Order: sequence, then C-alpha cells, then structure tokens
Amino acid sequence: MSGLAMPKPDDATMRRRDEIVADMRIIVPGEGVVDAANAMRAFESDGLTAYRQLPLVVVLPETVAQVSRLLKYCNDRNIRVVPRGSGTSLSGGALPLEDAVLLVMSRFNRILAIDFPNRIVVAQPGVTNLGITTAVEQEGCYYAPDPSSQIACSIGGNVAENSGGVHCLKYGLTANNVLGIEMVLMNGEVVRLGGSHLDAEGYDLLGVMTGSEGLLGVVTEVTVRILKKPETARALLIGFPTSEQGGQCVADIIGAGIIPGGMEMMDRPAIHAAEDFVHAGYPLDVEALLIVELDGPGVEVDHLITAVEAIAISNGSTTCRISQSEQERLSFWAGRKAAFPAVGRISPDYYCMDGTIPRKELPRVLAGMRELSEKYGLGVANVFHAGDGNLHPLILYDANVPGELDKAESFGADILRLCVKVGGVLTGEHGVGVEKRDLMPEMFNQVDLDQQMRVKCAFDPNHLLNPGKVFPQLRRCAELGRMHVHRGQVAFPDIPRF
Amino acid sequence: MTTFTPKTSGEVLSTIAWAVAEGTPLEIIGHGSKRGIGRPLQTEHTLDLSKLTGVTLYEPAELVLSAKAGTPLAEIEKLLADNGQQLAFEPMDYGPLLAGEPGKGTIGGVLAANLSGPRRLKAGGARDHILGINVVSGRGEAFKSGGRVVKNVTGYDMSKLMANSWGTLAVFTDVTFKVLPAAETEVTLAVRGLLDDAAASAMALALGSSAEVSSAAHLPERIAARVAGGALGSDAATLLRVEGFGPSVAYRIAALKMLLGKAGPLEEIAGEASRLIWRDVRDIRPFADSSEKPVWRVSMTPSQGHQMVLTLRMQAAVSAFYDWQGGLVWLRMEEGDPEAALLRGLLRKHGGGHATLVRAVPAHRAALPVFEPQPPALAALSQRLKQEFDPKNILNPGRMA
Repeated sequence: MSGLAMPKPDDATMRRRDEIVADMRIIVPGEGVVDAANAMRAFESDGLTAYRQLPLVVVLPETVAQVSRLLKYCNDRNIRVVPRGSGTSLSGGALPLEDAVLLVMSRFNRILAIDFPNRIVVAQPGVTNLGITTAVEQEGCYYAPDPSSQIACSIGGNVAENSGGVHCLKYGLTANNVLGIEMVLMNGEVVRLGGSHLDAEGYDLLGVMTGSEGLLGVVTEVTVRILKKPETARALLIGFPTSEQGGQCVADIIGAGIIPGGMEMMDRPAIHAAEDFVHAGYPLDVEALLIVELDGPGVEVDHLITAVEAIAISNGSTTCRISQSEQERLSFWAGRKAAFPAVGRISPDYYCMDGTIPRKELPRVLAGMRELSEKYGLGVANVFHAGDGNLHPLILYDANVPGELDKAESFGADILRLCVKVGGVLTGEHGVGVEKRDLMPEMFNQVDLDQQMRVKCAFDPNHLLNPGKVFPQLRRCAELGRMHVHRGQVAFPDIPRF
Repeated sequence: MTTFTPKTSGEVLSTIAWAVAEGTPLEIIGHGSKRGIGRPLQTEHTLDLSKLTGVTLYEPAELVLSAKAGTPLAEIEKLLADNGQQLAFEPMDYGPLLAGEPGKGTIGGVLAANLSGPRRLKAGGARDHILGINVVSGRGEAFKSGGRVVKNVTGYDMSKLMANSWGTLAVFTDVTFKVLPAAETEVTLAVRGLLDDAAASAMALALGSSAEVSSAAHLPERIAARVAGGALGSDAATLLRVEGFGPSVAYRIAALKMLLGKAGPLEEIAGEASRLIWRDVRDIRPFADSSEKPVWRVSMTPSQGHQMVLTLRMQAAVSAFYDWQGGLVWLRMEEGDPEAALLRGLLRKHGGGHATLVRAVPAHRAALPVFEPQPPALAALSQRLKQEFDPKNILNPGRMA
C-alpha cells in the first residue's frame, strides 16, 4: 500500500473479534459469516487492486431485518462497517478496514417487481446492472445507465457511486434514473426515499444518497425507471489529424442541437493498443478517433448521420465510416470497449484516472498530459467520454519496478489537479473512495468539506460507516456542531441595509 | 420590519451572519412568486434576492449556464431561446394559480422549489439539471458544491439536497445549470373523448412505445376548454407530445396514430398551438380562477392517479386533471375544505407519493401540513439535516413544517 493513511484500528474492537464474530452468526445464521483469513481473501480489495486489506469479518446478510440488526449492533458497540456490492469500484470505495465488519450485499439478488405500465423495476441491491435489463428485455425494454462493468456491478453499488456509462450523455446518470430506495441507517432505522412516483417531498435525500459512496446508509432496495429500447442505432467512426479538430467536431455536433446516444474519443496510443488487440479496423494514421452513435427511429438516425458526417468533414476529418449493419456498428465499438484490456497488453500495469473537464479544454489538457508524461517517464493512453468531458487517462507503469506505482499515482494526481485548474473536477464517475480522498482539498476548501461532513453527521454521527473514504480528514460531529459566531464581531453590527 | 436587498454574495453572507448573531429569523424571497406556498412565516425581516442578478457564464457549446440566484427566470429563458437552447425541465410558473403576475420568479426560486413541467416525465426536474451551487447556510457560512460539468461525483451532491429545500437550509447566491438544445419541431397528438381510466391506458401504451413521448397529460371533459384560450373545445383531451427533428417527429406521430387508432378520435396539433397548450397545462391554468378554492399537487404512481381520484370523488367534490402520464394529479377542492387527511389517506392506499397543498387560505396553511408529512425516522433525519445547516432556525422557519 503506497502511503495511504487509513483510520487507526480500534483496539477494543480488535480484542473483541471472537465475540463479534459469534454475535454476527446469531444475527446472520447459516453460511453468511466468513471469518477465516483464506476465505476472506476474496474480499480484500475492490477494482482498485493496488490497495488490499483483510476485514475484521465478512458478513453476507439475506434480509433487511438482518442488515438493520447488524448495523444497530455495530452502532451500539462503536464497530466500523464497510458496505460492499459486487466490489467493482475503481476508487477503493469498498476497501475493507482491519477493524471493520465488511457488509456484503450480494445475496440481495432478486428482482422484486416489474411494472411495465409504469415502466419501473424494483430490485434488491445485489442484482447486477445488466440483470435489470435482462429481466425486461423480452418486452423490448432496458435500464439506460451502462457502466462498463455492467455485467458484474450491482445496482446498489451504482446508487452508491452514481454510476454513469457511455450512454449517460443522452440518458442520464444513475441519479436521473433511480426513483426510489429503501435504506438502513447506521442506527438500524429503515427509511424509504422516493418510490414509484417522481421527486421527493421535502429534502432530496435520494439525491444525496446517490453517489454517497457507502458513507450514509446501506441500500436494501432500489426502484428504477426502465425505457423502451431505441428502434435502431448506427455509429460513425471518424478520424482526425489533431485532437483539436476532434474536439471542435464534438462541440459543433452539440452546437447543431444533436445529443448523440454515445460520443467517445480515443487518442493515438489508445487507438493503436486497441487495434493491435481486437483488429477493429481503426485508422492508425490519425491523432484522434471519434465514435458517434445515434439511436432512435430509423428516419431520425439516418437524418442525423448525414448531419454529423457533414460536421465531421467540415472539421477536416481524414476518415469517416458509417456503420451499414449492426455487426459493423459493434465492430466500431469493439476497440473502444476493449481499450482497457488492450492497454493492459502493452503495459504490465495501468492506472485509470477519471477527471472531467469542460470539453473546450481538451487540447490544453492533452498537451499538459504529454508534458507530465515526459516529466514522469511514464506513457499515457486516453479514452474520453467526449460528449460530457469525462477523461479516462490510462497511465502505463510496472508495479514490479520499485517506485513506479508511486510515480504513477503522482502523475495521476497531477492530471487531476490540471482538470480542476481548467474548471473541471476530480472524478466524473469512479468516485473519490480512498484513491482521490487526499486530493479533495484541490477542489474544496475546508468550509466546503465541513458542509459535506455535516451531511455525514446527520446520517452517521459517530463516523462508523465506511470511514477513511471520501474525506481527507473526518472532523468530529460535536466539533462541527459548534457555532462560531459572536454578537458584535460580524461585519455589520448594526442592521445592514443594502 | 427590514427588507435586505443584497447585490453581492458578500452582502448575502453578512446579512445572514448578522441574523445568526442576533438570533433573528429571515424570510428568504426572490420575486415572491411562490410566497403563498408553505406555512405562513412571521419573521420580522426579509432577505430579498431580487437585486442579486446577472448571468455570469453561458457557453452554449458546453451546455452550461451560471447565474446569480436572483436572476429572473424569464431573462434566462430568453437568452437560451435566442441561442436555440432551453432549460429542458421546463420550470412551471405558479403565478397564474396564486393570483400573481405571470412570468415572475428567479432562477434561485426554481431550484429552491425544484420546479419542473410536463417534460419532467422524460427530461427530469430542476434537481436533474443543477450542476453546482454557491450558498450561504443558516450558520452564516458560504460554501460551494458541484461544478460546471455534467459528469461529477466529487463529494456529496449538495445541490440536490438544496433542491426543494424551500430556503430552509441555505440561501443560494449562484447556481449553474445544464442547458440543452431546444427541440426543432413539436407536435402533440390528442386523443379525444376518453374517460380517465381509458386515458390512463392510452398514456401507458404511448409511453411504453418507442415513440419517445416527452409529455403525457389528460384533461377531462370541460377542463380541456380551460387551456390555450379554449382552442381544444370542451371534450376530454389526452395529450401526447413528441419533440425532435422534423422527420423523426413525423414518423413517431404516425407510429402513435397506428398504436392509438382505436382508442378514440385523434387530432394533431403542431407548433405554437401545441406550445400554448403545454404551457397552460404546466402552469395549472385550468385552476387559475382567482378563487381561494384549495389546490393540491399530488405526485404518485402513474397508473394509480385516476383510481385515487375516483375514490376521492365518493367523499368530496373535486375537479382533477393529470400530467406525467397520470402520475401528477392536480386537484381543486370545490367545497373549500382541503380534506387533507382524507386525501393523504387515500394516497397511501394507492401506492404512496406526496400531496402538497399549493393553494390555500393562510388559515388552512397554518393549521395543516402543506407538505406531505414524513414517517418518524425520515422526519427525524430531515430535522437533523436542518439542525446541521440552520441550527438557530434562521432561514424560513417553519415553512416546511
């Protein structure tokens, strides 16, 4: 583990481990408690495999009542809890803590209701993202957010991370597609937010829960909106001699009032790695490759394909292929979808970043990345959700070379600082977790961070749920609660009249 | 009675810091266009944001707009329209219903009330389009959340927490919204003469098709006559809006006609005539009658809306119409009694949701929960959030109680 400070394990909890394990077996009878080190090994990390830690004990409950009892038990005894879905987080959000119960929700794996007239599905949180689509596709429906891990990632985890995906430019993030959840607070209370209606009454706690990275509550049920699948989808594969031209093409497409279903860009290293791996037929003499997918009724798609092609040509594209069949469309995507493993073939290890920038800043950020690449002596390949400005630089390194992981992490941190500097943010869809935790002050000052912690205090005042994630430093709620205002010391002691 | 009208975010901060130090509560208003919603306030002082104005950033190609909180919504909508763009969530105007001037309201008020319109069904509400905020909390602390980009999961989404908080947690000073291209073409297909249950089936059929219907409303007989200056006539009208590029709209309207050909007589309404109808549905024009009869806004499971109304009619005289495929029910209580307990009881039996008493005389607003009461654990959680951000109860005290 490279220099990441996690909360100091609580000695009292560590000493009581046997007793806690025994109590867990009472709360979750049967096979749901795992305490042998070799069996817990499977849970020691999530998708951010650079960090590993065995938990105190792994518990896999099956009912909401068990989750409630478990959390209340831990809350009463000051025991930390780390929730986990499928463990596909790329930011270490589900990284275990040595003194924490790892609460694994994978046995909550049933679809509870499908309601086509109201276009909703009610699912337990352990159902996979793709599992929801599978359950409704016989009626031609699907669930729109499609993170690339959709075959494995759970819908509960999607709520925790506010997951996106290639199609979120047109169809929105998890937050825009979830109508309701049931969740358990750290004190064991079960609350429902939203339902099969639109919008919350009162404070939008559903909005706050979405993307809260497991620090506020444990989701036990999710209601999502499903959509009818578009009649058709076609894609254009467009090559440009410079990334500036590719970027301008993206701006012009949106400027023309077109919101494509997907709009992805790759830079030269990513194009070459992907082509070598899957032989998708990508042009190798371009600096930027753009995939634009248009979906909807056939007449609309045909209409927009013509419009996008004209925009591409006017921006100096050197190649522009238009998919003539479903097979060809999928072949355009094959390289993009295989970009991560393709990069994995040309480098022993890679480190995936996730900043978002205003789109117009792309050339500046790519140039900055090239400079950083030289400074650190590490290669970088870029895939880019071009429509919404979400960058995924893949930093190439070799973990077996001493010091290279640290170097890759420093390189990554510098990229994210650059993103913030040009008006962007640290993370577009992977979450803060442990990975970007210590970079939060790049974007937020202490007052900003304090307000986020106040939210945490309302949900979990003892900081027992997933501590060590998101916040660089947790301040005690009692300390945050003090009012630092005194009469006569404010700027306008008399009534101000503007 | 003092009205503070700050022109800068710094002045907002010092006003609230003063109020905190004095322990004196403030009513927070923009144009005051929604002042009649919620429990009546009895604060000595008012914080009026209508002078905190100006669009500070607008980049059409980046689909982003920032403005100071008191900027008139009308000004922002005009600027966007001049660039072929819009706030896709189509914020409604409570002015006509609450006997105020139409076209008022600030962009901060849009977020504070989480406004939306008929396109909510497809495009979401204000909460779905807010990207970032600068606010001053009831502790007198200025802070920011979010940013100016769409894909952003850096820290908690405090913008959503503040959406629909009706000025009770913090005061917005700056807001940044996602904006989208305005549709090139708009056509509405009206199915005429349907009873409520047949209308619910027709709307479910249309929404379940791939015609990408952006709005679906049902105006029962006689109510239909009260929109767009009577252009629809008085027969019940079940309205389906299709938006997009010309060839696509034509194709999808044709598909809907095939699908609904047997449901009832069909009419096509295009362009400006369609826009006028949806504006009036959005702004509850059928109930904008200058009366004091109570009006409810009920958000519920779409297929349950008309069933709840049917049951309600057995015990109370009500007028009703439906937006959001039947999931947004507007109710006017014809006998003057809000019947809050009756309505909310029926709502619970019909799949739950929330009922807000958006028009009522002050006595009713003072005596009844205007906003849907929450179960104890959720109410306690909301109260803890209020306590965190406004521990001295300075901001709009009691408005959401």
